[in-house]
Amino acid sequence: MRGVPRPLVRVVDLKKWFPVRMGFLASLFKKQQHWVRAVDGVSFDIHRGEVLCLVGESGCGKTTTGRTILRLIEPTSGKVFFEGRNIFELDKEEMRKLRRKMQMIFQDPYESLNPRLTVFDIVAEPLRVHKLADGAELREKVVKALEEAELKPPEAFLSRYPHELSGGQRQRVGIARALVLEPEFIVADEPVSMIDVSLRAGILNLMIDLKEKFGLTYLFITHDIAQARYIGDRMAVMYLGKIVEMGPIEDVISDPLHPYTQALISNVPVPDPDAKRQRIYLKGEVPTPISPPPGCRFHPRCPYARPICRDEEPTLQEVRPGRWVACHLVA
Amino acid sequence: MPLLEVKNLRTYYITRAGPVRAVDGVSFFVEKGEVFGLAGESGCGKTTAGLSILRLLPRYGRIVGGEIIFDGVNILEVRESVFRRKYRWKRISMVFQGAMNALNPVFRVGEQIAEAIMLHENVSKEEAMKRVKALFEKVGIEPSRVDNYPHEFSGGMRQRAMIALALACNPELVIADEPTTALDVVIQGQILDLLRKLREELDLSVILITHDLSTIAELCNRVGIMYAGKLVECADVRSIFKDPLHPYTQGLINAIPSITGPKTRLRSIPGAPPDLLNPPRGCRFHPRCPYATEKCRREEPAYIEVRRGHWVACHMVA
Repeated sequence: MRGVPRPLVRVVDLKKWFPVRMGFLASLFKKQQHWVRAVDGVSFDIHRGEVLCLVGESGCGKTTTGRTILRLIEPTSGKVFFEGRNIFELDKEEMRKLRRKMQMIFQDPYESLNPRLTVFDIVAEPLRVHKLADGAELREKVVKALEEAELKPPEAFLSRYPHELSGGQRQRVGIARALVLEPEFIVADEPVSMIDVSLRAGILNLMIDLKEKFGLTYLFITHDIAQARYIGDRMAVMYLGKIVEMGPIEDVISDPLHPYTQALISNVPVPDPDAKRQRIYLKGEVPTPISPPPGCRFHPRCPYARPICRDEEPTLQEVRPGRWVACHLVA
Repeated sequence: MPLLEVKNLRTYYITRAGPVRAVDGVSFFVEKGEVFGLAGESGCGKTTAGLSILRLLPRYGRIVGGEIIFDGVNILEVRESVFRRKYRWKRISMVFQGAMNALNPVFRVGEQIAEAIMLHENVSKEEAMKRVKALFEKVGIEPSRVDNYPHEFSGGMRQRAMIALALACNPELVIADEPTTALDVVIQGQILDLLRKLREELDLSVILITHDLSTIAELCNRVGIMYAGKLVECADVRSIFKDPLHPYTQGLINAIPSITGPKTRLRSIPGAPPDLLNPPRGCRFHPRCPYATEKCRREEPAYIEVRRGHWVACHMVA
């Protein structure tokens, strides 16, 4: 692989199945254990300095993918390489060291900040956990992180509590908490979906600026393709625990190849009253991930489904340079 | 004469800390057969304005001033017993926010809708169920599913059922509060198309309450933009998107990304929406406005028609 830069993060056939809770009687009579196949064989690379957007509807497995990559939950199978090392083979201490480099920004800034801690303690906590600073140095690092998150003047925020802040300010505290460890890779899970419309752009711009300044790499998880287009370089579209299409965002939006991506993009509302667009209708709704359809998981709703789609599961293939699709009709 | 005219409506929530001026002098009208969008961020008073029209405010909510003229009658002066019989749900109905979760889980979906019909119209249960089936057909649910329970419906179907419930008594005006917000994109598109189809087929008037300007652009004829309990701008949908006059409207439009058009850097509006217990003096937007002057801090701007059909409350525009 000489000449090709090694990806910062490589995800190989990642699976996360959750057991469906059984009742007492069912467990006595040894009925078959059912599984929710939240993530069911997902592979992709994220290169240094890149923003990969993971896009899909609720329940498609995008959040579980993000959390498993950070090993916040253990996978059912598969590998995640960070700088070439499989993180699932690391012991507790090695993993703790690695966590410094991999951080997360959560969806809900109202729930992801401890309401009983001050802003100072929230942002200082990761430094204390990793024993990276104390005393004056700790304060200095916290102030700097708040400043980077554009909470100005940072000193004015140190002794405040989350409830005294607006949603946008809270999310900036969440960003400062992730930044304070000087990470290389950040998973951001719907970071602006709970924030007022007028403040969203500020958070997205901040994330873009921080990426440029510190050479960060993001996995940006969102259901909003317009947001993905704004912040991202490449996009992976998930459906029922699988990636169905992946490629540069502009290319995927202007020329989607998978029938599901086509439908998804045709239904995104556009803030322009003159835009006349033809929406693609899909039959039914997303089936349950407990017993996904055989063959291609999208076939019961696909307008172009053929017999092969029911019998055989398509694999994600590179059909053009950089464009990956899992569809029998495209390959 | 418009179907609905809201004049200088003021609705406050009485709290221990004082009155929260959720709607503070709002005026707009809705023509027959049009979709009027009421847009703004969370806490701007748009839902309160909708609930005021149906007189469905929580106990601590009070309409302290203004008029709501529906088909020539000030419905704020109608007695509650008459309003309940002749107006609420009969002529004006609502699709509530997060309503897919508002169906009673222990009753069949069809029965719940039939109940509304039987309450308002003197019909037998058989007749009511027949109408529910017709309503299901109209909103795109298989009529045989009237006997299903809510848990047997998907999210999109439940939202369709709530729209059927709102249409149960053939109302003239439907207030739809964030009807697509909790739904996935593909289902959102279908619900928007359904609302558009119903408006055309039934000559229905709709007030669409949402924070999502893209939804407004897809569906509305005219739009009112609310900020901190006030309408700051109101015009036809094209003018709002192509030639917004109020700095807040301009700010909102510059702040939303799109999947079409050139990719330019978005601008966010500095600061955050104010606390309606103590709204700023003068223009409520002045602390966040890039053009604010001394006058904006001191004096509240009047809401005036600066062009035909285009109202704005801003000192800089007037």
